[in-house]
Amino acid sequence: MNRPPGRMSHPGYRRPMSRWWWLGKRSYTLFALREVSAVFVAWSVLFLVAFVESLAGGEAPYQAFLDWAATPWVVALNVLTLVFLLLHAVTWINLTPAAVVVKVGRRRVPPRVISGSAFAGWAAVSALVLWLVVRV
Amino acid sequence: MARRTVEPVLWLLFSAGGVASAMVLPVVVFLFALAIPLGWIPAPDGAALLRLVGHPLTALVLLGVCVLSLFHWAQRFRYTLSDGLKLKHHQRTINTAVYVLTVLGSAAAGVALWDAMTARSG
Repeated sequence: MNRPPGRMSHPGYRRPMSRWWWLGKRSYTLFALREVSAVFVAWSVLFLVAFVESLAGGEAPYQAFLDWAATPWVVALNVLTLVFLLLHAVTWINLTPAAVVVKVGRRRVPPRVISGSAFAGWAAVSALVLWLVVRV
Repeated sequence: MARRTVEPVLWLLFSAGGVASAMVLPVVVFLFALAIPLGWIPAPDGAALLRLVGHPLTALVLLGVCVLSLFHWAQRFRYTLSDGLKLKHHQRTINTAVYVLTVLGSAAAGVALWDAMTARSG
């Protein structure tokens, strides 16, 4: 955070904050979990990249990758990943009305319509991907 | 001064990445990390799946999702480290490390999708 000029020479009092501040309250912990979800987003990308690379390699690398993905530790990690991805998606969509304010005439579209539309969009994208892959 | 002008762009990428990752990654992880390896759905034939994944349009969309998602991670992670874990005094190291990883990850995604595209038409 930027301080106003001159503040450095007269810092005043700053209440010490614990490194574990986020365990103090339920809402803090939920916030922290949301932030951690980004790590699982990054892991998902790495996993996806590895998957695509194995596909490009041919039938043998593809099967080898699937076998590796089916091992217990990887499955456990990916189940956890899916949980965090869902946490990310749900909390993100629920915040959408705060960022997207639509006015029809002078009246504001209700927040639940905004997030409802975003959830519907999420369902549509997921259904499309599912359909594309299953029909292959 | 340069950091002042780049921050808004990074927040924009964070935002776009948040949307992209929220919309696409859950179903992708469900399918490719769980349903297919564990046999919940019959495993698609590799060549057939490659025809889908290596299609230029699919590859482009996936590249966008991967790159944006990584930039989303980058912003959230570096703030988690500096604010959450109070490592602010290492800010420059954190920033460099995070963005090096982001670029590397994006490059890896580009290479993989390029390989898929060429393998598909090969």
